[in-house]
Amino acid sequence: MNEDLLRGDLVRLTREESEVLARLESQWSADSEYARLLNWDPARRFSVKNAQKWIEKYAEEEEFNFSIRTLADDRIIGSVGLDGVMWSRGDTFVGIGLGEREYWGRGYGTDAMCIILRYAFTELNLRRVTLGVFEYNQRGVRSYEKAGFVYEGRERQQMLRDGRRWDVLYMGILREDWLARQERQSGK
Amino acid sequence: MSIATPLFEGKLVRLGAIDHEKDPAIVSRWTHDSRFMRMMYTEPMSPQAPWQVKKSLEGLEKRIDEEHNLFHFRIRLLADERLLGFAELFRISWTNATGMIRLGIGDPADWRKGYGREALRLVLQYSLSELNLHRLTAMIPEYNQPALALFHSFGFVDEVRRRQALNRDGRTWDLFHLGLLAGEYKEDNHE
Repeated sequence: MNEDLLRGDLVRLTREESEVLARLESQWSADSEYARLLNWDPARRFSVKNAQKWIEKYAEEEEFNFSIRTLADDRIIGSVGLDGVMWSRGDTFVGIGLGEREYWGRGYGTDAMCIILRYAFTELNLRRVTLGVFEYNQRGVRSYEKAGFVYEGRERQQMLRDGRRWDVLYMGILREDWLARQERQSGK
Repeated sequence: MSIATPLFEGKLVRLGAIDHEKDPAIVSRWTHDSRFMRMMYTEPMSPQAPWQVKKSLEGLEKRIDEEHNLFHFRIRLLADERLLGFAELFRISWTNATGMIRLGIGDPADWRKGYGREALRLVLQYSLSELNLHRLTAMIPEYNQPALALFHSFGFVDEVRRRQALNRDGRTWDLFHLGLLAGEYKEDNHE
């Protein structure tokens, strides 16, 4: 109860001004790899104005969307959010993206994911969290496994990119498995 | 199939358009029946008055026009146009040529008569030969065994099992994602 819920080892989760985020998202949209890891719709460029419109619209629809700020240099490097919380059955999707690619593969995303899982299970009291990840995003898969997600299946050939078909992998984590993991980790 | 083959007509049912005058009262009755609602939807059942159904059907038609990734059909009895249910292709991604499918027969008295089976055949053929989709996904609760069997019979395979994703009647159930690739479609011979 004493720990700061939205703070991890490397990052914290925040809410930021939409103009600030819009400038970043517009800038990040120049990186097509970032866009293609995040979304199966075609990668495209977003103006600052357009990005701000989407950010504000999304903020109205999805309550639990956060920015990721580094603890060391207080820099906004990406976002993580719960997408479509289904209260009656206690399930939700989670999505994460790091626009600043120098932070890829260094544990920042995993840390942010661990924070939002703790938030989902101990503050929102959800029963499980679900995510979809593209077959070509193996770095993502490894990060989600580190956070405790388990493979639950794959939608075959769901995507067509670079002239070939790719699967979408689904992973999930149950509240009781998350809790058991916390106990094991604190017992170490 | 040829260009002349009717896409919207089977031996028992047809795929029709929304009737904004007559459909709301019938759909309102379905929404009051948990047997239908819990098979069809994972959201909590919540009955809708006819005026609410009317509004949502108007909204649906507006979205079909604006978003271009949704096709909706009313399943009607061929003999007398009576409304039996609906079928929908939704969340279509044109660049990936994929989409989702769902279908329901509203009144339990109309279940197990082959209406859903024939409607599903028509919608699958439509998605393959008119929309040129490469794959379809259906999400079906573990407890809806008739739907699982129906989709399996057309070639759908179980792909994802979201463990304990549903919580009803004091217990949990898994949620299945089923997938069908264009080449796997089995012309159903279960007449």
